[in-house]
Amino acid sequence: MTTKALGGLLRKEIYHVLRDRRTLAVITLMPIVQVIIFGYAIRTDVDHVRLAIVDPAPDAATLELRSRFGATDTFRVTATLPAAHDLEPLFRRGLVQGAVLIEPGFGDNLGRGLPADVLIVTDATEPNTGSVVQAYVLQVIQAYERERGATSSAVRLVPSVRMRFNPTRESSNLFVPGLMAFVLTIISSLMTAITITREKETGTMETLLVSPLRPWQIIVGKVAPYLAIGFVSVLGVIVEARLVFNVPLRGSLVLLLAEGLLFILVSLSLGILISARTSSQRVAMMGAMVGTMLPTMLLSGFIFPIESMPWPLRAISNTVPARWFVVVARAIMLKGIGLSYLWRETLVLAVMASVLLVLSTRSFRERLE
Amino acid sequence: MTGGLAIQARDLTRRFGGFVAVDRITFDVHEGEVFGFLGANGAGKTTAIRMLTGLLAPSGGEARVVGRDVYTESEVIKRHIGYMSQRFSLYEDLTIAENIQLYGGIYDLTNAQIRERTAGMLARLGLTDAAHEFVRSIPLGWRQKLAFSVALLHQPRIVFLDEPTSGVDPITRRQFWELIYAAAADGTTVFVTTHYMDEAEYCDRVSIMVAGRIGAIGTPAELKQQFGAATIDDVFVTLARPAGGAAAGPGQSR
Repeated sequence: MTTKALGGLLRKEIYHVLRDRRTLAVITLMPIVQVIIFGYAIRTDVDHVRLAIVDPAPDAATLELRSRFGATDTFRVTATLPAAHDLEPLFRRGLVQGAVLIEPGFGDNLGRGLPADVLIVTDATEPNTGSVVQAYVLQVIQAYERERGATSSAVRLVPSVRMRFNPTRESSNLFVPGLMAFVLTIISSLMTAITITREKETGTMETLLVSPLRPWQIIVGKVAPYLAIGFVSVLGVIVEARLVFNVPLRGSLVLLLAEGLLFILVSLSLGILISARTSSQRVAMMGAMVGTMLPTMLLSGFIFPIESMPWPLRAISNTVPARWFVVVARAIMLKGIGLSYLWRETLVLAVMASVLLVLSTRSFRERLE
Repeated sequence: MTGGLAIQARDLTRRFGGFVAVDRITFDVHEGEVFGFLGANGAGKTTAIRMLTGLLAPSGGEARVVGRDVYTESEVIKRHIGYMSQRFSLYEDLTIAENIQLYGGIYDLTNAQIRERTAGMLARLGLTDAAHEFVRSIPLGWRQKLAFSVALLHQPRIVFLDEPTSGVDPITRRQFWELIYAAAADGTTVFVTTHYMDEAEYCDRVSIMVAGRIGAIGTPAELKQQFGAATIDDVFVTLARPAGGAAAGPGQSR
C-alpha cells in the first residue's frame, strides 16, 4: 500500500503546486529575481568613487600621485582644488565622497627623505563606503610609495594587502551563497508551513489522518515536491549567478548540492514544526517569516558579517542553520575546498537536520492525532 | 464480528486540561443502523467522533470500533471506517476523477476497482459528464454528496459523518439522507452527528449529548414517549434546560 498511496499523494501535491498559478510564479520567479536584485541593487562594491584632490603647490611628485588616482576605475577625480576650504561645499552637496589633501612641499620633503603628509578625508554618512574609500585611497598611496622606494636605494618596509578568494571584491560572489540559503528557506520552510496548514484549514488533513496513511507518509507526500523544487532553485541560482555575475564555482558541485540537501531537510523540518503549532495559513506564514526568514537574512552572515556583531547576537547566530550553510557554500564556491575542511559545519547541519526531523514528526503526530 | 456491535463505548472520557469535553459516555451502535449523535454545539460530539476515528486519544474509558480497541488497534480500525468531516473533505483544485483516484489509492484499491466504482458512483450521482471538472466548480450540494460517496469508496463497515448537512439547502439535505439510507441498506453502519433535530427523526436510534454527557438514548419514538414530547426538538430543549449555561456556553466544536 505504501508506494501506491504515496505516489497518489505526491501526484496530488504536484497538481496543487502546478495549479496554484500565483504560488508557482512566486517560487519559480523569486530566485531569479532575487539574484538580479541582490546582484545589482544591493551591491556593496565601491566603484567610481567621486574624489577631490587638494594640491596647493603642484610639483612632479604630486602630479605623479594625482595621475595614479586618475588611472584606476575605482576613482573618478571630479575636482582638483588649490585650497582645502573649497572642499567643504563639495562634501556638503555630496559631489565628492572622498578627498586627498597633499601638503605644500610634498615633493621636496619626499626628495629629502622627510615625512610627507597626505590627509585622507571621506564622507562617512555611509560608514561602510567611507571606510572602503579610505582603504582604497591608502592602497593607491602605498603603491606609489612602494614604487618610489624601489627606484631609490632606501629599504622600506611596505605593508601590502592582498584580497584572497575574491580579489576583485565582488560582492556578488559573497551574496550568492547567502541567497541560496534565503531562497531555500522560503521554499522549504515557508511553503511547507503554508501547504500543511492549508490542509488543516480546509479540513482535508483530518480526512488524510483518518485514512490508513501513517503520519510520516502524509509528511513525505506533502514535503517531497518542495524538496525537489528547492533543489532545482539552487541549481538555477548557481547557473544564473555564473551567467550574469560570473560567480565562480571552484569546488565540487556534488558536495554543494549534498550540503544543500542537508540544509533543505533542516528547513523543511522547521516548516513542519511551525505548521504543527499553528492552524491557520496566516499564522504559519508569520511564524515562518519571523522564525526562519528573518534569522536567515540577518544572522547568517548573508548580508551582515557575523564577526562584527556583538557577542549575544554572535551566540544566537550559531543556532541559525543558514549561518552554517552559508559558510559551507561560500567555502565550496569561492575557495573550492572539500569536506575534509568543512566536516565541522556539515556535522552541525546534520545534527540539526536529524534532531529537527524527529521533533517535527513527533509534534505533527501529537498535535493531530 | 462482535455480536452485531459496530461501536461500543464504555465510560469514554476526554479532558482538555481541566475541561471535560466528553464525560464518561457509554453507548452501543448496532451494525447496519443509522445512529444519530445529537447535541448542541460544544456538547462534545466532535470530540467523541474524533476519539472513535483515531484522531484523538481518549483520556479514559474504553471504546471498540468494528470490534477493535481504539487504543491499540487504530491502524486496523482506520481501514474499515470512512469519515466525512464537517468541513469539506475533497480537494477543490483537483478534478472529481482525480479526487476519487487519490482516495482510492490511499485505501489501497486496485485500479480496476477504482475505475469500476468511480463509474458506478458518478452514474448514481448524475455526475458522469462532470468527471473532469474541478471540484470547486460544482455546486456545494453536489460536493457534499460527492464527498460522502468518496468516504464510502473503500466500502467501510462504518461511516462517520460529522455534521454533513450543515449549510446545505433543505432539498439537498433530503437527497443526502437518501444517500445515507442507501448506504445503510448496503449494510454500512452510519454514525451521523447533526444539530438539526428534525434529522433525528430519520435515524434508527439517537443519543443526545448535553455538556459532555449522554442525556438520553433510544429510538426517536422511545425518546418522545419518555419525555412526553411531540418532537425530538422538544426532547432536546427539555434536556438542555437544566444544564442551561453549559450547553449554550462557549464551546469548541473541533
